[in-house]
Amino acid sequence: MTRASMIRKYEPRRMSDTRVATSAMIASLAAEGYDTVAAPFGHALTDLAKRDDRIVGLSADLSKYTDLHVFAQAMPDRFYQMGMAEQLLFSAAAGLAREGFIPFATTYAVFASRRAYDFIAMAIAEENLPVKIVCALPGLTTGYGPSHQATEDLAIFRGLPGMVIIDPCDADDVAGMVPAMVAHDGPVYARLLRGKVPSVLTRHKPDYRFQLGRAQMIREGDDVLVISSGIMTMRALDAAEKLIADKVDVAVLHVPTIKPLDIDTIRAEAARGGRLVITAENHSVNGGLGEAVASALLTAGITPRFRMIGLPDAFLEAGALPTLHDMYGLSVDKVADQIKGWL
Amino acid sequence: MIAETRPAPRANMSLALRAWNIRRKALLMAEVQGQGYIGQALGVADVLAASYFHALDYRPEDPEWEGRDRFYLSIGHYAIALYAALMEAGILPEEELATYGMDDSRMPMSGMASYTPGMEITGGSLGHGLGIAVGAALGLKRKGNPALVYNLMSDGELGEGSTWEAVMSATQWQLDNLICLVDFNNQQADGPTRDALAVGAEAPKWDAFGWHAQTVDGNDLDALVAALDAARGLTDAKPRVIICNTTMCKGVDFLEARDSNHFVRVEADEWARALDVLEEGKPQ
Repeated sequence: MTRASMIRKYEPRRMSDTRVATSAMIASLAAEGYDTVAAPFGHALTDLAKRDDRIVGLSADLSKYTDLHVFAQAMPDRFYQMGMAEQLLFSAAAGLAREGFIPFATTYAVFASRRAYDFIAMAIAEENLPVKIVCALPGLTTGYGPSHQATEDLAIFRGLPGMVIIDPCDADDVAGMVPAMVAHDGPVYARLLRGKVPSVLTRHKPDYRFQLGRAQMIREGDDVLVISSGIMTMRALDAAEKLIADKVDVAVLHVPTIKPLDIDTIRAEAARGGRLVITAENHSVNGGLGEAVASALLTAGITPRFRMIGLPDAFLEAGALPTLHDMYGLSVDKVADQIKGWL
Repeated sequence: MIAETRPAPRANMSLALRAWNIRRKALLMAEVQGQGYIGQALGVADVLAASYFHALDYRPEDPEWEGRDRFYLSIGHYAIALYAALMEAGILPEEELATYGMDDSRMPMSGMASYTPGMEITGGSLGHGLGIAVGAALGLKRKGNPALVYNLMSDGELGEGSTWEAVMSATQWQLDNLICLVDFNNQQADGPTRDALAVGAEAPKWDAFGWHAQTVDGNDLDALVAALDAARGLTDAKPRVIICNTTMCKGVDFLEARDSNHFVRVEADEWARALDVLEEGKPQ
């Protein structure tokens, strides 16, 4: 293979006449009309740490970009800046956990899942230590290209025995998952939404509260059941609103805990009413929520019509996030179009 | 777990005899399996004897005692040596020796924390111990616990980038409660360590990274004791390292002479001979 043949040719996209600039590292995820909450993780952690002195925070030079700076400013004595060294970050978190602390270690999802995997596997998971790994830029939430797009983090950590995995949808989930992570006596990997995070779920379902390991119906519907996690629940809810005009009735089952998966609820809902079942995830279609749901259904003999919305098995392009979400099928319009096309 | 028959109190037996006992137990365990990292065990026995019977504070009957000095074995494949030391220390019952590496044994071939009393961490994936030790040292300081963290690593682990992340961090956090022991036998799987990544002056390199660094003959108990005392007695706010130059297979001359000795091949009939040679060298 020649080098020239290995290099991807640059082909300018002509998706629209107006070009959108690649936005800041963390683009706003807020859809139109939702209220936002600033740094829900940082504030939830700080509040909890005031009541629980076992909690400490660590970052590898990304506290500002994981909202851990809120905790660091409130409790500088309990914050450890570990420098740009992710292998150390998780090893040291393991050492602190051995001495009775509950460390929250933050970085970007790509660095935890790819760079530090062996350290998370052996120093933390194999010994079932209560290290809480909280990672920004999950899936396709930055336009910076594959170096920062963690499109396979769920697949990587699903393969790790004992690891609990959370993919939150919004500010309610992010704030709610923090005490649940502490209450769970073991390692947890949580995807993080940071900055101004929309508040979505309680608007659709006022009594919604995050519960570790529980899938919850956010919206009922007779034609289609969308089983979604993370920001794709937000997209699915907005798509469902849009599809009312087409007389398509969409239910949305939110699955914020990827592992352990709430297979009882998923099986019960998928078996009910002959609906088209669609999974939606901000992750590669390889090894994430979609395949986990497919496995849970098939092993129980439940075989509805089934489709998956997710990222392709590819290194994704760089660009503006709205452009990329449209390109890869994660935007509200594209989710709605896909659902209609499958009916 | 408490040994039924505990060894005599520490002060009653010389360190040389302790080291000899560690070597003998390791040989007996390797004989059980017909294999094992016996070269490393024989080489590091003096370092373990000086650590467990001179430097470390622990309670054999309570391996989890909060006040104990933590001893991390980063090099999981050296487990056979640490099991021997833990038996000698009365932390592991000696009657379990014959179970080494067997199904259902508490002493697997590679050290794991969940299997063995006194095995503080799961080593084996190299370059992990020192980073965990940094976190533990930070945790002990946070608790106001004066215990020390010892991390025993190999020269091969100097090639792992994670080691140097931890080295820099220990300096950054002024971890004066961390003592790193490097078993420098200059042997790794494919050949001499100095032919791979560990070339150069070792102590000056650690010194340049801000550590208090000593180099000793790791098979000289007096030198080890002096170095451990210096490391423990130092008042500088910096981490300490002792580079222990050791000889693989120390104490069994015909094995010492073997060329490629990262994983020493010992024929079935040679175990008895090795034990005989060791017996001849028993300290009086």
